[in-house]
Amino acid sequence: MADAFNFELVSPERLLVSEKVTEVVIPATLGEMTVLANHAPTMTTIKPGVVSVKLASGQVSKYVVFGGFADILPTGCTLLAESAVPASELTRETLQRRIETTQAEINKAQSDEHKTKLEQFLAELTHLNGAVIPA
Amino acid sequence: MPSLKDLKNRIASVKATQKITKAMKMVAAAKLRRAQEAAEAARPYAERMNKVLAGLSAANAGNAEAPLLLSGTGKDQVHLLIVATGERGLAGGFNSSIIRLARDHALKLLSQGKTVKILTVGRKGNDVLRRSFKENIVHYITFREVKQLGFVQADEVAHKVLEMFNAGEFDVATLFFARFQSVISQIATAQQIIPAKFETTETANASSALYEYEPGEQEILEDLLPKNIAVQIFRALLENNASFYGAQMSAMDNATRNAGEMINKLTLSYNRQRQAQITKELIEIISGAEAL
Repeated sequence: MADAFNFELVSPERLLVSEKVTEVVIPATLGEMTVLANHAPTMTTIKPGVVSVKLASGQVSKYVVFGGFADILPTGCTLLAESAVPASELTRETLQRRIETTQAEINKAQSDEHKTKLEQFLAELTHLNGAVIPA
Repeated sequence: MPSLKDLKNRIASVKATQKITKAMKMVAAAKLRRAQEAAEAARPYAERMNKVLAGLSAANAGNAEAPLLLSGTGKDQVHLLIVATGERGLAGGFNSSIIRLARDHALKLLSQGKTVKILTVGRKGNDVLRRSFKENIVHYITFREVKQLGFVQADEVAHKVLEMFNAGEFDVATLFFARFQSVISQIATAQQIIPAKFETTETANASSALYEYEPGEQEILEDLLPKNIAVQIFRALLENNASFYGAQMSAMDNATRNAGEMINKLTLSYNRQRQAQITKELIEIISGAEAL
C-alpha cells in the first residue's frame, strides 16, 4: 500500500478537492508527471489537461483543468487551477466555447509572443477536445 | 394642521415604504450570505497564490531582469485608479465612501503634478466620478447584466488593466474597494496591485530556497504575476459584493425602523385629532340642546 498524502485542487471560485490520495497525475507544462508521497518540493506550471487523482480508497477520479500551477511538497500537493471541472461534467459545447474565445483572442493579439502562447493554448485545448470526450 | 384624511393617506404611504424596505432588507440578507460564502470559497486560492508569489518575489528581489509587473516601470508618473463600486444605490454610505477615498487620492496625485487615469467598475462610481473627473476616466466596465459574480468578470477587468500596462499607459495601479469587516462595518480600502506588493514572511523566504522550479523560476513568475492581478481583482470584487449587501442590509434595517417610528407618530396625531373632532361635535350637540 502506497503512502497517502494530502491533495488539494483549488480554483479561484472554490475548493474542489481536499483529500488523502496515493497518486496524482498532473499535466505539467514540460510533460505529464505523477506525484507520489514524499515528492521533492517542486513548483510547476500546468497546461490544459486531465488531472487524475487516486484516492486512498483506491477510487480514481478525473478533473479537467485549464492552466494554472502546482505546488508540490513532500507532505502534500496543491494544484491551483485557473478553472477546473470534474471530467464527467465537461461537455463538448463548453470546450468548444473556450476554443472559440481563445481563437478570438489570437486574432486580437498584438505581440507575437502573446500570440504564440495563445496558439499553444489553443492546440492543447483542441487536443483535449479529441482526447477527453467520447464522440 | 393636516386633515384626518391627509394623515390617513400619509400613514398608508409610510406603511407601503416600510414594506419595501423590509423586503429589501430580507433580500440583502439572503444575498449577503451567498456573497460571504463566495468570498470565503475564494480565500484558499488567493492565500496560496500570495504565499507562492511572496517566496518567488523575495528570491527575485535584487534581480534586474525581474518582470515589470513586480519591479514596476521605475517611474511614478502615471497612476491608474481602479474604482470598484456597486451597481445600485440604497446601500447607505457604501458607494460614497469608496468614491470619496478614490477622489481624495486622485486630487492628491493631481496636486503633485502626476497624471491620473481612472478605470471604473460599477455604474455608481462611474456616474459620480464622471462629474468631476470626466477627462480622467479611460474605461468603464459594468456588471449590471451579471447575476452571479465569477472569475470571468475579474479576468475581464484584469485583461484590460494588463493590456494598458503592456502598452505602457501607466506606471502604478491602485485598486479601490470596500473591505468586508462585518455586516455593520465596511472599510473603503486602497490597494496597490502594480507593481505588486506582498507581505513577505520569514517562512516564505526559507521554504522557497528548497523548491525545484519547472520550467524555471523566471518563467513561473512571469506566468503567475498576471494571474495574480486577476486574483486580486476577483478578491476585491467579492469583498465589495459582500460589503455592498452588508451595507444595504443595515441601511434598510435603519429605514424600516425609521418608518416604524414615523408610523407611530402619525398614528398618535391621527387618533388625537379624531378625538378632538368627536369632542367638538359633542360640544356642538350639547350646547345646541341647552339653547332650546
